[in-house]
Amino acid sequence: MERFSLDAAHLLAGGMVLVSFMMLYQNRILGLLNVFAAHAVVLSLSVAWQAYVQSAPHLFVTAAIALILKAIIIPVALHHMVLRLGVHRDIETVGGIGPTMLMGIGLVALSMVVMLPAAAEADPIAREDLALALSVILLGLLIMVTRQNAISQIVGFMSLENGLVLAATGARGMPLVVEISVAFSVLVAFIVIGVFLFRIRERFDTIDTQALDDFREGRE
Amino acid sequence: MPIVAALLSVAGLAGVAVVAPILTARRVAWATPVVYGASFVLAAVLLICGLLALLGGSAFQGTVHLPVGLPWIGAHFALDPLSAAFLVIVDFGAVVASFYAIGYGAHEEEPGRVLPFYPAFLAGMNLVVLSADAENRRAGYVYLLMASFGTLMLLLGFGLLAGPDGDYAFSAIRTAEHVPWLSGLVLVLMLLGAGSKAGLVPLHVWLPLAHPAAPSHVSALMSGVMTKVAVYGFIRVVFDLAGEPAWWWAVLVLILGAGSAVLGVLHAVLQRDLKRLLAYSTVENIGIVFIGLGLGLAFKTNGMAGAAALAVTASIFHAFNHSLFKSLLFFGAGNVLTGTGERDIEKLGGLVHRMPETAYLFLGGCLAISALPPLNGFVSEWLILQAILLSPDLPQWALRFLVPASGAMLALAAALAAACFVRAFGITFLSRPRSPAAETAHEVSRWQIRAMYALLAVCLIAGIFPGPFLDALSPVSQMLVAGAMPKQPILPHLSIIPISESRSSYSGFLVFFFIMMASWAAIRVIHNFASRAVRRAPPWDCGFPDASPVTQYTANSFAQPIRRVFGPIAFRAKISQTMPQPGDMAPARLTLSLRDLIWEFIYAPIEGAVLYAAERLNILQFLTIRSYLSLVFAALVLLLVLVATWA
Repeated sequence: MERFSLDAAHLLAGGMVLVSFMMLYQNRILGLLNVFAAHAVVLSLSVAWQAYVQSAPHLFVTAAIALILKAIIIPVALHHMVLRLGVHRDIETVGGIGPTMLMGIGLVALSMVVMLPAAAEADPIAREDLALALSVILLGLLIMVTRQNAISQIVGFMSLENGLVLAATGARGMPLVVEISVAFSVLVAFIVIGVFLFRIRERFDTIDTQALDDFREGRE
Repeated sequence: MPIVAALLSVAGLAGVAVVAPILTARRVAWATPVVYGASFVLAAVLLICGLLALLGGSAFQGTVHLPVGLPWIGAHFALDPLSAAFLVIVDFGAVVASFYAIGYGAHEEEPGRVLPFYPAFLAGMNLVVLSADAENRRAGYVYLLMASFGTLMLLLGFGLLAGPDGDYAFSAIRTAEHVPWLSGLVLVLMLLGAGSKAGLVPLHVWLPLAHPAAPSHVSALMSGVMTKVAVYGFIRVVFDLAGEPAWWWAVLVLILGAGSAVLGVLHAVLQRDLKRLLAYSTVENIGIVFIGLGLGLAFKTNGMAGAAALAVTASIFHAFNHSLFKSLLFFGAGNVLTGTGERDIEKLGGLVHRMPETAYLFLGGCLAISALPPLNGFVSEWLILQAILLSPDLPQWALRFLVPASGAMLALAAALAAACFVRAFGITFLSRPRSPAAETAHEVSRWQIRAMYALLAVCLIAGIFPGPFLDALSPVSQMLVAGAMPKQPILPHLSIIPISESRSSYSGFLVFFFIMMASWAAIRVIHNFASRAVRRAPPWDCGFPDASPVTQYTANSFAQPIRRVFGPIAFRAKISQTMPQPGDMAPARLTLSLRDLIWEFIYAPIEGAVLYAAERLNILQFLTIRSYLSLVFAALVLLLVLVATWA
């Protein structure tokens, strides 16, 4: 049982890294949103498994929050937003997909090299979880860096946050209050960013951050 | 317990600092005398605490642990011989300056600019001297609003001393094991940190700009006292905390000290601004103090306790003396400023007639700082030279060569200082007024004059009877170098003996007595055999009875020979003359250009590099959001790679 619970935890956490790679690969916006929803589903599964293994019932709440908020509400809302903004046909072209994927692989390797010795004393579940969570975080950052569209950048940010939640649940004893407040701050950030997107769109007729930059003053 | 009283007084000073802005905001007329009066009383209490702890032995010393400060660590305060000695130096200056300021502050146009900070400044300096852990000391320095660079160096130095366990209490640092090269690094950091606060060349550039800018009593505190706080920090760390010194420490300290002494006084000779002249002379005197400390290190590392005690005692005594006569001189400059509104000595002159008391008091200060017997400046510099004469016993050849060389530099600096102050006094107070301001000068308030009398009296006492002062410092040298100067005999002749009686001795009292007798006899002889009447006659005037004051000897002309000698080397002085063509009515011109080499070779490249980097980094202001994210990302990845390769 011990062995199986460990393997299942690794499978789910590894699944998140895999879905992160899918997000990195996906260059259409609607597709990206779907993958993000899948990301959140895998996260909630992983958290729920941790709750079961650690027999920590409050983690089930975390899993529920992840499922409802990040797998359903936010992707659906983003979906509507994309349709209303009319950017669902856009295809992003920052860097090639190939080099980006290679960089992602490098990042995963890096986080393994950093985390495994650093957390050598922790119990195996936490240790591997931390390493995989760091990879998810780094991949989220990479998504933010390699996208031009504001919505894709938000998605990258949200996936980064998923990585944080994964890391937090792997380490035992994360209080529920912290978890809930993080979830709500993400929601608030989402609302604020959504409002801003529409305002920006009204002003500049685009949500391409490259185009926004052209309007900046003081540029030489 | 003096330490408790001292801490309460510091708290009182902080309280005055809080109340002062309220008083000034309401434009209360008596704000100035009340604030300075309160500072005077509190500083006097602190002075008594310091004297008790220094003279009364261990019964009056002690430590206090307060639960305030850093969480869980609290704050340690200690009163040991070293801090007691510097408490006396700091608070004697503070007492006199507060007294002086009661008179001087009445002329202040915007008292709100000084009043709140004055007691806070005093409290900060006292806190630095009293505190017994590094965090507190750093807070004190931050309190003093000093250069962040120096503070950074001090923090690094203390961090190295505290080691990985991070126990910043002095008692823990003192007993810890010290790695030699780390201790050396601490020395360098302390030289940079304390040196930049004390004004060691080449870190002195801010000092002649900052000190004269303050009101004169604050200038006196900054030059006379604040620099001593930095010296205290240096002594505390290098002699007390950093473990056994290596001989090359002495080389570094001696070179910096000698360089400061000579360059400081060379700058001072050329200044026209009276207060800036005094500030440069502070650089010189700090250099002298550091020469003494370097000698102390050299002797300590070779186990010559007696010689080390002589050098350290002499150098702390010089720090004390300098705080006396530099305060006296700054007060004199303050009087001149109050009386005439002028700091440029080329526009002064003849003040001895309009401000006689200021003139004679200033003359006293000039004699003391020029190291003329029987005043105190002579005693401490003579003691340092005595220590230099012991250098042939040192085993290291480098030190055997360097110590006499720094002795020669010290002698040169002393001679130049004498020239500098002959010039300062002569041009300011003698000859005829060079401007209407000097013609209409008036004497200043009694408070100011009395404060100066007190300082001159202590200068004279310390010069004539230095024995008790040296005896009082012996617990300090006992603590720092585990040795002490021989107990100074009260009799015969009230003389002092640096090493042994057969070698050398000096009696300030005898010298004073002979000078007095000789002057009296000369006056009797002249008045009896030449003419009984005091006669006033026009001075020798080259046959032009009513020449304009412009034709007098000027400050520039006085400095010219020295500039001729040292200018080409020290300042790259260049003189060019333009002669008009025959028939042309234009005046001939003599242009003199001086260059500050330290500025050009040390600060200008740094400035250039910073500017260059700033220009290059300017692009960073105009990146896209994505590029900023990429930068953050790259930094994160880089740090992770570092962790991965090091772990």
